[in-house]
Amino acid sequence: MSNLNQKTAVPKAAFYNRAEVRSVVFQFLVFVALAYFFYTIYNNTLTNMQARGIRTGFGFMSQPAGFDILLSLIPFEATDSYGRTFFVGLLNTLLVSVISIIFATLLGFLVGVSRLSNNWLVAKVATVFVETFRNIPLLLQIFFWYFAVLATLPGVRQSINFADSIFVNVRGLSVPRIVWESGASFVFYAFLAAIAGAFFLSRWARKRQEATGQPFPAFWAGLGLLIGLPLLVFLVLGMPASVEVPKLQGFGFKGGMTLIPELVALTVALSVYTASFIAEAVRAGVQSVSHGQVEAAAALGLPNAKVLRFVTIPQALRVIVPPLNSQYQNLIKNSSLAMAIGYPDLVAVFMGSTLNQVGQAVEIVFLTMLVYLLINLILSMFMNWYNAKIKLVER
Amino acid sequence: MDNHTFTPIEARKPPSTAIGPIAWMKESLFSSPVNTLLTIFFGYLIIKYVPPVLDWAFFSANWVGTTQEECTKAGACWIFIKQWFSQLLYGSYPEHLHWRVNLALIGLVAVVVLQFFLPQHLRRKVGWVSLIVYPLISLWLMYGGLGLETVSTDKWGGFSLNILLAFAGILMSLPIGIVWALGRQSDMPFVKMVCVASIELFRGVPLITILFMGSVMLPLFFPAGVQLDKLMRAFIAITLFQSAYMAEVVRGGLQAIPKGQVEAANSLGLGYWKTMRLIVLPQALKISIPNIVNTFIALFKDTTLVLIIGLFEVLSTIQAALQNSNWLGGHHIEGYVFVAFVFWVFCYTMSRISVYIENKLDTGHSRS
Repeated sequence: MSNLNQKTAVPKAAFYNRAEVRSVVFQFLVFVALAYFFYTIYNNTLTNMQARGIRTGFGFMSQPAGFDILLSLIPFEATDSYGRTFFVGLLNTLLVSVISIIFATLLGFLVGVSRLSNNWLVAKVATVFVETFRNIPLLLQIFFWYFAVLATLPGVRQSINFADSIFVNVRGLSVPRIVWESGASFVFYAFLAAIAGAFFLSRWARKRQEATGQPFPAFWAGLGLLIGLPLLVFLVLGMPASVEVPKLQGFGFKGGMTLIPELVALTVALSVYTASFIAEAVRAGVQSVSHGQVEAAAALGLPNAKVLRFVTIPQALRVIVPPLNSQYQNLIKNSSLAMAIGYPDLVAVFMGSTLNQVGQAVEIVFLTMLVYLLINLILSMFMNWYNAKIKLVER
Repeated sequence: MDNHTFTPIEARKPPSTAIGPIAWMKESLFSSPVNTLLTIFFGYLIIKYVPPVLDWAFFSANWVGTTQEECTKAGACWIFIKQWFSQLLYGSYPEHLHWRVNLALIGLVAVVVLQFFLPQHLRRKVGWVSLIVYPLISLWLMYGGLGLETVSTDKWGGFSLNILLAFAGILMSLPIGIVWALGRQSDMPFVKMVCVASIELFRGVPLITILFMGSVMLPLFFPAGVQLDKLMRAFIAITLFQSAYMAEVVRGGLQAIPKGQVEAANSLGLGYWKTMRLIVLPQALKISIPNIVNTFIALFKDTTLVLIIGLFEVLSTIQAALQNSNWLGGHHIEGYVFVAFVFWVFCYTMSRISVYIENKLDTGHSRS
């Protein structure tokens, strides 16, 4: 006990053994090493590029491209600039990503819930689906759909025909298209107005329920508004739209909308592959809701649909959303496999064709990487916002 | 006196409505109208599509022969796979040297299996030695030199290339990933910034863009005259990509270790590196093993991507075989189904192993 009062002289650590000093020195060394590393790379690259006669900078972006692109959402001709090829590729990447994300989410939720079904057969079929598609490389699946399935479809004249309006053949999928006539923009405005209306309606309904306890069927009213208002405007204006059905003419289909097989194969493969991962996330999420919660809700007299809506789904979503976020990011990154079958996405157009012609590897590779980083960052921000919104509010 | 002994009446079987196949079917197939409809729907699909597929794959498939012309039956032409089997497995690796690839692969299996079956006290020592020695031996076996015939890397190919790339990638990315993960947790702002930037950069972009970087940009980074092998460039790209994922996996493990462990180590007078090496990392890596296996599965599937920069892994071998003038009969389905099956067997087995390890590890940490 008396030891406590004795003042033992604590030897001060030597200068070079102090944590702060070491930290500064170590960081300085790391900095010097990295700086030297990047300086060497920079120097080598400049020398090499000069030796090979490669120019630097982004001047090439305004030069004419001189090649055609299979699919473009904005008008594009071979005389347009390399800069425009960048946007064509970017839009194609976004197109296939958005479509695939929608399908993958729907399919993934369906399969994930099916795996928990009390129907033995349904659960087994869902399990086989997940275990099959999860364990086969995505590139192989893309090849399978493109070379083994879509390439063996009949020619244009022998198209598989659904109700004389949807045609499937080796050149792709031809579907009817809606042609908007003058005045159709008002239908669109009506739809926007309906969205705003539904939003305020649900806010008002929630406020009223919190204040008076009186529920209001905001969901059904909102849905009615969303469908009813545009429909009403559409009818009042005298139906300013018509459906254009694809028709066989000569060697191809005229009219309608044709989805190229590359897009179809890529969408199917991406959706199915990602859906098998989403299904697992959904299953884990639903299973994470403890059974007592459901029983308690049932004991309070809530009907099954309300148990799902107010008890199971909100709690399951908290577990589902973070992995869903990373699956969406993976899907966007995986859409770059488009290059292997010639779908003109950002990588195929910009890092493939444009890089081949221009040869400015550094600029093009970095720009492409930056775009994917930005897309994923924006998606992440949105998903984090959504996650924060549905998160458990703890006291 | 009555000699009453109590004899219970014989136990009756449960009613047939509660047990047995009929009850099971009633419970799990036809419990409600919706379920009945679903069962009928899926049952119909299975009965309609499964027998033709089995027939195609087995019963009316062609198994014997050497040429396309001998595929006379309506089913799958497995002769195609048989004829290309060696190419699919070894690529253009010289045929009389296939034993070297086999030896390298067998050694790989042995090293992994030993970790499961060796007595506990030997595992670690053998593990460390094999972690350093085995890659060198297999590199020597594959490439040659030192008394063995040299086989240049453009001859490597087929499924063995996928396996070797995946294992080499995981082996290289583990130390880099650990360093990045430790750096991310570091108190030093500059080190932390560098590590976070590296991880987020390589995790946020598609593997293809990194492979392209390796293939078109990397040669520019080196002084003139330095020729980098194509396989080497792909390997560097894969390692960078994988290290970022590995770093996140290891970070997950590090975050699961209670702070008390570090504080206890510090109070015993251990420095940073000793704390990490002796206390934190062994525990963190142990609980990360299932996730390491999972990233390995992902990497294994991703090795097919090197076909885009022109390496002859198994998928590009199949593509080449389908273009071969002797086999133009459209054997796409056979080819893809075979490769898919091989990948599936590997990935499914590994995911089962991962689940097994997870369950096994789980017991040690729960304290309830």
